Amino acid sequence: MPQAQVTMDVRKVDESVGVIDVKGELTAFAEGVLMDAYNQASDGRVRAIVLNFEGLEYMNSSGIGLLVTLLIRVNREKQRLLTYGLSDHYRSIFQITRLDDAIGIHDSEDEAVEAARA
Amino acid sequence: MTAHNPVPEERRPRDAAHWARRVERIRVPDASGAAPNVEGRRMVGPLQGFGKMWQKTYKTRLEGVRVAPAVVVETLKERFPEISGFGDGFRMPAGGLVPGAVALLGGLSGVVVLYADDESFTYMTPEGHPFSGWITFSSYAEEDGTTVAQAQLLIRAADPIYEIMMPLGLHRLEDTTWQRALGRVADHFGAAGRVETRVTCVDPRRQWRRYTNVRHNALVLSALHAATAPLRWIKRRATDVGRTPRTRNQTKGGTR
Repeated sequence: MPQAQVTMDVRKVDESVGVIDVKGELTAFAEGVLMDAYNQASDGRVRAIVLNFEGLEYMNSSGIGLLVTLLIRVNREKQRLLTYGLSDHYRSIFQITRLDDAIGIHDSEDEAVEAARA
Repeated sequence: MTAHNPVPEERRPRDAAHWARRVERIRVPDASGAAPNVEGRRMVGPLQGFGKMWQKTYKTRLEGVRVAPAVVVETLKERFPEISGFGDGFRMPAGGLVPGAVALLGGLSGVVVLYADDESFTYMTPEGHPFSGWITFSSYAEEDGTTVAQAQLLIRAADPIYEIMMPLGLHRLEDTTWQRALGRVADHFGAAGRVETRVTCVDPRRQWRRYTNVRHNALVLSALHAATAPLRWIKRRATDVGRTPRTRNQTKGGTR
């Protein structure tokens, strides 16, 4: 299996919001990295996960599939999934794939975190 | 991105050309009324479906042959009707399986090419199709250098009727279809290798609020359309008779 060309750093804004900074390529090979990052970002008190896509360089349809399976996991934990930092191109992808029906898209981290706390 | 401020070529994301453009409703070129369950419909993903969400992965290692992943995917794209087993039931789009292309399925439904690059392509389904979701065909090289061909579905049954059909044969039909397709891929390249299947229920919860998807059900609409064909025939006949010009003997007030 080819190596994942992505790194995901995890940080906590506060007790209830975890942020995952995605840098690189979101493809099927990123599954392990993404799920590890989610496990780190999500502890018993986290109510929302925010994905920072400012560093996203490439995404294929398998990458979108990963986001769906992540969303299901997040929802199962009664958490919310939000994003920020999507370029116009990737916002369009979220719309084409109808991911924007379920994943909040925001213009900045502050906005996403505020929405997460609402 | 706007018309007067285009993104410079060097700043366009590498994947930009591989994705379909966003459209509100599907348009089928040259459909001529032959795609009533696709034309004007919206595309739907697994989040818009009704039933449990399944991820089904079918994979075959092309053992004993050296073939590049890009060659496998090119073959899949060019020979999809034959490899899938759909044959004439899969109407290839005129320009091939490129992003945004619409392929019709036996007059009942269709799929849209959501994404296509050298090593994978993905279909997305329209409202009314049995599934809401994506199916991705791909090929990659494993660590030992063996090329793998794979089909992966991420789907929900679109509405309650299709969801009932899942355990009654629809699951099995999907499994058989793609297992056989990958078997044909292996045969095409002269490779040995069995097809592995992995099925995961990603979300066991049904999205009950999506029961209204049934209004687009392609099977039901097609059946209704067929059942009402006699009524349309009668209406056409009545309209044609009403337009028929009167002959000399039928002229009001007798002949001249």
